[in-house]
Amino acid sequence: MESLIALYVILPLGAAFLIPLIGRFVQFFAKTISALVFAGLTALSVVYISVFHTETIRYAVGGWQAANGIPIAIYLVLDGFSGIILVMINLVTFFAVVYSFSYLKKYTAKNNFYALLCLMAAGMNGVVLTGDLFNLYVFMEIAAIASYALVAFGVEKEELEASFKYQVLGGMASLFILLGIGLVYWTTSTLNMADASRILKDYAGYRIVIFIQLLFIAGFGMKSALVPFHAWLPDAHSSAPSPISSMLSGVLIKAIGIYVLIRLFFTMFSISYEIALTITVLGVLSMLTGGVLAIGQWDYKRLLAYSSISQVGYIIIGLGIGMLVMANNGSREIAALAIFGGLFHLVNHAVAKGLLFMTAGSVEYATGIRDLKKLGGLAGKMPITSATSFSGSMAISGLPPFSGFFSKLVIIIAAIKAHYFVIAFLAAGMSIVTLAYFLRLQKGLFAAKPMAGIEKIKEVPFAMTFSMVCLAIGCIALSALIFPGVRDAIITPAVKVLMEVSNQPVTIK
Amino acid sequence: MTLYILCFALFLTGLYGVLTKRNIIKIVIGLSIMEFSIFLFMTLIGYVNNGDAPILVNGKEQLVFVDPLPQAMVLTAIVIGLATNAMLLAIAIRIYRKYGTFDVRKINQLKG
Repeated sequence: MESLIALYVILPLGAAFLIPLIGRFVQFFAKTISALVFAGLTALSVVYISVFHTETIRYAVGGWQAANGIPIAIYLVLDGFSGIILVMINLVTFFAVVYSFSYLKKYTAKNNFYALLCLMAAGMNGVVLTGDLFNLYVFMEIAAIASYALVAFGVEKEELEASFKYQVLGGMASLFILLGIGLVYWTTSTLNMADASRILKDYAGYRIVIFIQLLFIAGFGMKSALVPFHAWLPDAHSSAPSPISSMLSGVLIKAIGIYVLIRLFFTMFSISYEIALTITVLGVLSMLTGGVLAIGQWDYKRLLAYSSISQVGYIIIGLGIGMLVMANNGSREIAALAIFGGLFHLVNHAVAKGLLFMTAGSVEYATGIRDLKKLGGLAGKMPITSATSFSGSMAISGLPPFSGFFSKLVIIIAAIKAHYFVIAFLAAGMSIVTLAYFLRLQKGLFAAKPMAGIEKIKEVPFAMTFSMVCLAIGCIALSALIFPGVRDAIITPAVKVLMEVSNQPVTIK
Repeated sequence: MTLYILCFALFLTGLYGVLTKRNIIKIVIGLSIMEFSIFLFMTLIGYVNNGDAPILVNGKEQLVFVDPLPQAMVLTAIVIGLATNAMLLAIAIRIYRKYGTFDVRKINQLKG
């Protein structure tokens, strides 16, 4: 198993290299190889979380062994937490690839599209696996540069403007992160995360460490679109081609934003009350601002993009409460419950928002417009899109049989148990606001009086409906994670990883 | 110490450019200046007073070396910065073709 985890980076990177070379001569090469790569990687990660989920797998790239207790090699580390994120990334990417088979008909340069998509996924897998700070920066930039290009893939006015905005803000975020990494190296003389966490223990509370933490919050906050840094997200996510929007909102902001934030603040730094409070406040602000701004949106994809900001807020709140409780030396059960809620909502949001952006793409594919004022009465003509869009909306707004209900419930219960009543109240209130704008979306799209020219509209092709139906089933199936048996097998190992390392850093052999 | 302060001044110069300039090419230049101030800072991190290049040569007694790791990091980061800048400028050229201007105030199709 050790050497197999390098495949997460090698396979998509290799596919990205081969597609422009061979794809020019062989028809269907790009489609086949990218679908195969992500199906294979999904299977590999499912095997990991169902069989090996309790153990941590380390792979030293190049086989360099530690000398005098100082790690030399770049380590790829696969534990329970990175396991679930990997399943999420590869699964959503696989469905995005299948969806693109039909969606891409109106675009040219299809090979470049698949190559960039593979490159982005390689970067995300690398970020999730790596145990080395500078390597994390490199993979993050690979994913980010590929996503800049993919946002601008339509090369129309809006796409280019959105991509430029995204690049300037993303570039500044990367610089903050690079400066932070430089300062970590200055303080600890190491780039290995486990090693750095051991040394940073002695520096907890020093001004330089607080400065590093603030740099990382600003940098990764920009990457995951927390509220003061969210300006680029609605433009970028609504301008990209729909399968890419579903990957950006579904997995990219989680893999290179939230995942790294959590990994660094739980694993590398010792948790301090002030930093935990900052992160929770940013989460609450995101939840409120995103939700309130989404109400006023009349563009299908912009509404979904603002909703992403709001839901990312929920995830951060769950994890932030976990950090606050641990910083106060509170009950470990409550901390574990809050972290579980955050991770559960992270997985749910990836599947549901991925699905919703695909339905937005289907509506645009069939009708050519995204303006909710002009659309209407599509339920009869596009039954599958309508049904899947409904289940995605309900999963995010949190109606009982769908997964979002349980994750939001867990977050709210954890907030009440930890005596953060204001947060619990706001989270419950925003859940009603979420339901309100999703119901308006559903009514405007599918129930309102038929739009002009509705006779000619047909349901989208099979490849697109296949992805949407699979993800819609996922929206309901993920509810199973609330049952103790399933939860212990899948999410509890991840919670354990975060709880353990935050008190007791991993020692390098 | 002076070097670090100058480095920070360079960073602020770049930030000023990104925040206040209206021409998108100047924004790209501002971003590059910020980027290079950080590269400079990282090179300074690895500097050791009177240090030599970290190469072992027969018959040479010098044993104080500068730290080579930040240099390797900066080299990698420069290559990444090249990709970022190429991408930014490619988009800037496309924007000029579509809008006929480099002025950010006139490039405002997206609202809300």
